[in-house]
Amino acid sequence: MNASAMHSWHRWRSAIAWPLVAIVMLLLVNAAFDWTRTGTFAGAFQRGGFLSIVMIDGRPTGAIMDTLSRGATVALLAIGMALVIAGRGIDLSIGTVMAITGVTAAAVVDRGAPGWLAIPAALAAALVCGAWNGFLVTIGRLQPFVATLILMVAGRGIAQALADGQILTFRDPVIEFLSGGRVPWLPVPVPLLVAMLAALVTFIATRRTAAGLLLEAVGSNPGAARLAGIRERLLVFVTYVASALCAGLAGLIECARVRSADPSRLGLSLELAGIFAVVAGGASLAGGRFVLGGAIAGAYLLQTMTTTMYARDVSSDVAPLPIACVILAVCLLGSPRFRSDLRAIVKRGKQ
Amino acid sequence: MRSCVDARTEELPVAVRAQGLGKSFPGVRALTNVDFDVRHGEVHALMGENGAGKSTLIRILSGVHRADEGTITVTGAAVPFRNGRFPGSPGEAERAGISVVHQEIDLLPNLSVAENIGLGRQRTRFGLLLQRLMRERATAALARLGIALNVRLRLADCPIAVRQMVAIARALDVSAQLLILDEPTSSLDAEETARLFTMLRRLRDGGLAIVLISHSIGEVCSIADRITVLRNGTRVGTWNAPELPPAALVEMMTGRTVTSGERSSVAPAVLPELPALRAEDLACGHVLGPVTLSLHAGETLGIAGLLGSGRSELLRAIFGADAPDGGTVAVKGVRVRPGSVRASIAAGMAFLSEDRARDGVFADLSVGENLLMALQARCGAMRPIPRTEAKAIVDRFIAALGIRAASADAPIASLSGGNQQKVLLARWLAIEPTVLLLDEPTRGMDVGARAEIESLLASLRHRGLALAIVSSELDETVRTSQRVLVLRDRAVAGMIESADVSEGAILALVAHGGDPA
Repeated sequence: MNASAMHSWHRWRSAIAWPLVAIVMLLLVNAAFDWTRTGTFAGAFQRGGFLSIVMIDGRPTGAIMDTLSRGATVALLAIGMALVIAGRGIDLSIGTVMAITGVTAAAVVDRGAPGWLAIPAALAAALVCGAWNGFLVTIGRLQPFVATLILMVAGRGIAQALADGQILTFRDPVIEFLSGGRVPWLPVPVPLLVAMLAALVTFIATRRTAAGLLLEAVGSNPGAARLAGIRERLLVFVTYVASALCAGLAGLIECARVRSADPSRLGLSLELAGIFAVVAGGASLAGGRFVLGGAIAGAYLLQTMTTTMYARDVSSDVAPLPIACVILAVCLLGSPRFRSDLRAIVKRGKQ
Repeated sequence: MRSCVDARTEELPVAVRAQGLGKSFPGVRALTNVDFDVRHGEVHALMGENGAGKSTLIRILSGVHRADEGTITVTGAAVPFRNGRFPGSPGEAERAGISVVHQEIDLLPNLSVAENIGLGRQRTRFGLLLQRLMRERATAALARLGIALNVRLRLADCPIAVRQMVAIARALDVSAQLLILDEPTSSLDAEETARLFTMLRRLRDGGLAIVLISHSIGEVCSIADRITVLRNGTRVGTWNAPELPPAALVEMMTGRTVTSGERSSVAPAVLPELPALRAEDLACGHVLGPVTLSLHAGETLGIAGLLGSGRSELLRAIFGADAPDGGTVAVKGVRVRPGSVRASIAAGMAFLSEDRARDGVFADLSVGENLLMALQARCGAMRPIPRTEAKAIVDRFIAALGIRAASADAPIASLSGGNQQKVLLARWLAIEPTVLLLDEPTRGMDVGARAEIESLLASLRHRGLALAIVSSELDETVRTSQRVLVLRDRAVAGMIESADVSEGAILALVAHGGDPA
């Protein structure tokens, strides 16, 4: 391994460490609860225990498998958001883009078209949304926050219009495969597969080309990037398209899960989850360095928290509070400055 | 020319007098024992190079900084300063009658003209603003300046020149004794400047004391009654303007002797070969007049001029960093698309900006990544430079330029300014340009680093690069350049050819422009 690879490995490890530590600790907390509940340490691994994986109908089930499956939605959003934030932007519209994609797919199926046609149609809608955001930011020179806020708000209306103001329900084997499908030789939830595939494609597109580095340069210093001859507007444009496509995939998975598309609820406030995940994964909202693994780990931290809340019967009204506390702790611990301040305080306490 | 001004100013009463002012900042002695007085009914120009202490003096006068030594007295001030020596806050300075209009006009563009003039001094009744009173006061304040303007207009909708007038009206609204204008003309064109000066003369004749800071020698000579020159934090002297011709003024500011006799023929030699770079009639708004220049392979062209003379703007316009309004740029005879950085780079140009932090350094990235950025940008995102090749290039430049970094993977922010500059220079050398445009390449460097960069630039020239170097250090320009283009008031004052390049010749052109002294 040469020095440069060592360097990027170090960066990757520091971004992913804190979310992973938090996930492991959450799993331990759940195991401890199961231990006290059943009286034996093995209780956590038995049926009903948080760490159990039981084969039902030939597929693995349990809280962990559930987390892996459901976490894919936010993981997809986080992949796109990581790119946008790296280029000093923000994409508030992804929740709405999920709704537009889901409704488009449902509407296409509703009109009698097969799923293999509905999915490309829905992703095309997501592409248009992303291009619109990218246009407003790079050509229109709007601030990303404002530019994407427009679609976040107005897009709900578009979704409503596409759905005629109703919740569209559908049955389609191809779309349903995206959430409940079974891959014969791979006992892994399909949403997780989709998210991993998206992560792999994004990784190759950014790190096996120079696009990731150039994007980091744009986020680090947009003016200098322009003077160095980087096509900064094209790069930023592409991040918004990528973000919308990721949101589109997430939207398809979410509506496949419930076999319906609700234009007013689908993806609601998930843009914040996406931003949360990216920040928990060690990225700065000021742009620059990004680590895809960190964003994905951040997304799964969120989902582990949510699943834990369900498993511990915490009311969904109260659940956001402990989730927020854990996220805050991870973000603080992930900040080198906070850690050094903390060390200084501890040292002073000892004296 | 104005007549009997000097005779008049002698008898004028003193408005503000500063005595023995001294001020130190950590590590820097900004002002030492400066005496300065401004009289009613005069325009007093305050001149000096960057770092001469002009800003510090003004900030003490206006209560922003506290002087370490010395006193300020305002004749006819209703209330003495609370500490008895100088204004302790901007508010106290204002109440004593000292008003400042800053270079970056500090008004609120979203508010109306009337609100901008009245803000902070608005009268209220039962807690409610008296809008009508405010508008009347603002209209009256503008009328005193000879301006008729709808005061309900949003300030952002007014042209910059009008905003300048509004700023002055705001400053005068508090019955000012002394009006300080910091670079009021830097964003104005010639016509707007003339309007401003007409207004200033009116105010002066009305008995106001005015302090003017400007980098334009021509402007100062046309309006100032007296001139005070600062250099390195001390006062060089105060003169009646007619007694201080431009050459002497530049001499006082820079501390170097101007010898007008040394000036040579201005006509550039006609060279048969195709120039590496040719710019024709390049103009950029009111920051750069039409400029024509040629630059040949294996030569260094120095670009000299005072700050604000258009020297940085010229390089930026050539490179396309700022889109020019008119004119053409050609590299080796091939026209380059104007205003396009990428087209300029593709044509073989490279540009090192004077502001490293803003225009050059990617603080998040490593030394190696910073160094390879221009090359990578030219290759495009789809063709990453292979790791081994990248490492070879980076190592080669780190060795060749003597960049002192812990490793190629160290964050660039961990390097000293001089080494960061070398990385940025290497970034451009890596794309093997034919024309290298350098704006203040040695700014902020110590003597050793400066000498290293200079010898590096000389070796690049010997290898056939065409270099254009803007520098505010005259000795550096003389050392590095074969020819020197002198800019004055955003236009070409003259070209000095090889044998005649000297500090004196440059200063003469800076002071007199194309006219014989």
